Amino acid sequence: MAHIDQSKIRNFCIIAHIDHGKSTLADRIIEMTGTLTSREMQSQVLDNMDLERERGITIKSQAVRIIYKAKDGEEYIFNLIDTPGHVDFNYEVSRSLAACDGAILVVDAAQGVEAQTLANVYLALDHNLDVMPVINKIDLPSAQPDAVAQEIEDVIGIEAMDAPRISAKTGLNVEEVLEQLVKKIPAPQGDPEAPLKALIFDAIYDSYKGVIVFCRIKEGCVKVGTKIKMMATGATDEVTEVGYFGAGQFIPCEELSAGMVGYICASIKNVRETRVGDTVTEADRPCAEALPGYKKVNPMVYCGLYPADSAKYPDLRDALEKLQINDASLQYEPETSIALGFGFRCGFLGLLHLEIIQERLEREFNLDLVTTAPGVIYKVHKTDGEVIELTNPSNLPDPSEIEYMEEPMVSAEIMVTSDYIGAIMDLCQERRGIYVSMEYIEKTRALIKYDLPLNEIIYDFFDALKSRSRGYASFDYEMKGYVRSELVKLDILVNKEEVDALSFIVFKDSAYERGRKMCEKLKEEIPRHLFEIPIQAAVGGKIIARETIKAMRKDVLAKCYGGDISRKKKLLEKQKEGKKRMRQVGNVEIPQEAFMSVLKLDED
Amino acid sequence: MSAKSLELYVHIPFCVKKCAYCDFLSASADENTRQEYIRNLLEEIKEKGKQYPDYEITTVFIGGGTPSILKAGQIADVLEEVYRSFSVRPDAEITIECNPGTLSFEKLSIYKTAGINRISVGLQSTDNDELRELGRIHTYEEFLQSYDLIRKVGFSNVNIDIMAALPGQTALSYEKTLRHVLSLRPEHISAYSLIIEEGTPFFEKYEADELLREKGDKPLFLPSEETEREMYEQTKELFAEHGYERYEISNYAKNGYACRHNIGYWRRENYLGLGLGSSSLVENVRFHNTTNLLDYNRGMFGQQDMEVLDKKSQMEEFMFLGLRMTNGVARKDFETAFGLPVENVYGTVLDKQVADGLVKKEAGRIFLTERGMDVSNYVMAQFLI
Repeated sequence: MAHIDQSKIRNFCIIAHIDHGKSTLADRIIEMTGTLTSREMQSQVLDNMDLERERGITIKSQAVRIIYKAKDGEEYIFNLIDTPGHVDFNYEVSRSLAACDGAILVVDAAQGVEAQTLANVYLALDHNLDVMPVINKIDLPSAQPDAVAQEIEDVIGIEAMDAPRISAKTGLNVEEVLEQLVKKIPAPQGDPEAPLKALIFDAIYDSYKGVIVFCRIKEGCVKVGTKIKMMATGATDEVTEVGYFGAGQFIPCEELSAGMVGYICASIKNVRETRVGDTVTEADRPCAEALPGYKKVNPMVYCGLYPADSAKYPDLRDALEKLQINDASLQYEPETSIALGFGFRCGFLGLLHLEIIQERLEREFNLDLVTTAPGVIYKVHKTDGEVIELTNPSNLPDPSEIEYMEEPMVSAEIMVTSDYIGAIMDLCQERRGIYVSMEYIEKTRALIKYDLPLNEIIYDFFDALKSRSRGYASFDYEMKGYVRSELVKLDILVNKEEVDALSFIVFKDSAYERGRKMCEKLKEEIPRHLFEIPIQAAVGGKIIARETIKAMRKDVLAKCYGGDISRKKKLLEKQKEGKKRMRQVGNVEIPQEAFMSVLKLDED
Repeated sequence: MSAKSLELYVHIPFCVKKCAYCDFLSASADENTRQEYIRNLLEEIKEKGKQYPDYEITTVFIGGGTPSILKAGQIADVLEEVYRSFSVRPDAEITIECNPGTLSFEKLSIYKTAGINRISVGLQSTDNDELRELGRIHTYEEFLQSYDLIRKVGFSNVNIDIMAALPGQTALSYEKTLRHVLSLRPEHISAYSLIIEEGTPFFEKYEADELLREKGDKPLFLPSEETEREMYEQTKELFAEHGYERYEISNYAKNGYACRHNIGYWRRENYLGLGLGSSSLVENVRFHNTTNLLDYNRGMFGQQDMEVLDKKSQMEEFMFLGLRMTNGVARKDFETAFGLPVENVYGTVLDKQVADGLVKKEAGRIFLTERGMDVSNYVMAQFLI
């Protein structure tokens, strides 16, 4: 049977800084090529997780196949892979890029090149992709498409004068993007007759079909009945279905051959057999070597996740396992807390990643979770020469056994308009940043570089950055390495009992301040009880701060007559419902949110 | 076997001017509006009377709003219609709520002739500054004139409403209010704590202050938690000293003068609401009248948001309403109502509350201790299943 003509295929993704209109452009392309009628269109088709639509961000990569009839009279198959925009999800971007031959770079005509624009372009170039710039939002009054084209050439160094000037929102000039795609993005290559070599760039679990593997066929072909083998795990299975991605649905087809993007089902029930980044080949006729896979990404932020109802521990374990199939950067291992019982210490790429996973666990798996304060990995050098990688503050050895500790640093790049340089430098200074350099990219914009301790940016650095620059600063960072630092463990005692889940590691000079704020915050979070509750912060057994939650003296509804009863009952129900969301520690009930208090210390 | 009993509540949703703390269904209205309302109210009474032929009326409570804003004849018409449409027991307790500044000798005389035997007057405070802040239409002096008239006409069962925890109120000014009221020797006193309700002018003004107080911090305008507590203790002590029995969280009475109508609510007796927005509970079905005056005046007296209470809800209400009364609930009553001992349902909860010193079990009754009364919301929430 004849394979599909590779020269008529274009595999590409869209990359952009957050909010520059990536998903809107994807929607418009899907709509204009008639893949979906506008009646079927739901805004931002590819962001099909509720969470993505609500937050207006792309978390998971998504793929869709589009048929485009070009002006040269030929029909082309476009495989569009949508990618996330946030710095936390670089690994997702990295995966999608590996499945593509080219990338559309969307740049906002009013805002120009931002930190993430650069970061994503570099990622694309790393994967040898051809980058095709598009200038979006030209309908904005403040749009300066020509200046932005110039900026793209100056800052990024790619040809941009003939970049389509479009409005993805209104659809203006989007046709031009499609035409340029045909000309500028190369067609895939690869021998369809060679042994199968396919890259897994994503996977999901379906309770009927088992694991559905999303892949890009580099060489060879695969169809129903092919015996496949996962090169890294060695697992073999027989293919039960292959197909491509319609908008929001799977469309089965006869075969997938070199150059194509699609999915494979092989009744894979054990989720551990599938790893994103692995290479799929034929069991009987394996290819010589596996594809390089993706840049492996290591978690940078850790926290404890506990089921609010301890009976749900196995459910949480299953849920984490399923999420890990298509999110290899999520790591977890069991741990136990005196206050919270059985749970998992989980590793994330950043705080947004943590929040997203937490929300997905709660929504998609219907779990009620308690999350402990996030922390980074510290290196503890013990006096006996052993070095521990510490992810859970509770495991910190006795101070007498510690020679010294190290904390992770990142190299941060912040792009900001000149008005806010002072404010941003103050912020970096407060967060123990070490100034590296500053250069002006244009007259009014500078790129500031700082080395910052990771534990100073995992909490609310993004928010602080946005508020101090009125939203104009953009931020990107990468791991730099470990440096020696004076660190201590801050313990919290509630009603004289140490609550292990509230402990965290902090820079020594910040301990007093953090301890004081933590006590204040907990005083707000923990409701009054029938008795007085002292809340104390301690370092090495020494109390450094204290607050007191006064005993509840009076809690009475003065009036309750015939018309008040329904309302009164609702009030009592609310009171009772509140109790359910509490964890009992000793004889004190602590609301679940309180375990995240440390995140909110810089509010107000 | 005597007939089934039913209490009537008649709502008059009008007042001279809305007080700054009030979230009841009430507004000022012109003469025509009031007249039209009464016309429809009479219709409703007639209609509902036909629906409850087997019931005997034990109490009638005309509340508001300020019912005394109406012409005396209108109140007399309402009661006459009640007597015609329902079978009212000769010993029924018939109460009307009044506000100082809306009463006259003639009006009160007509009330008496119409069968009203209990007057409830809203005083709130004897401090004129506090009254002004509350947005009340009267002074203490005007109240005294009204009170004098009430006694002159011959009413021998009078309630006075007062309030603690008012903005600007001190323990001393509150004690004055208490002492003034006691010197008048009413048969019944309701002493409430001001609640800052959403949707009132007070909410906008004092919400932040209220939050401070909730946390035990010092508020700017409202009395602090300590002061409020002091007021609350004063109330209990002074009233006891003067021979008033606290029979419910906020209600005090001389022997034999506890409000039968209100006790009915806490014992879950049948009651039927008449008039705009009124609530009813009849044979464990809860329902409400429309709160829309236009609809009401179009004769829409039908039952709204009917809720058939299941056994669980009935038990919950039995407990949290019954425990509002100082003598609490009787074990026997629980068993009669639900066919099983209270311990079967609430054993663990009761043990814990008793151990914490919040509830007492004595002589076949279960009731709140003083401490339990103080934190009654906390205790009652435990009785939800």
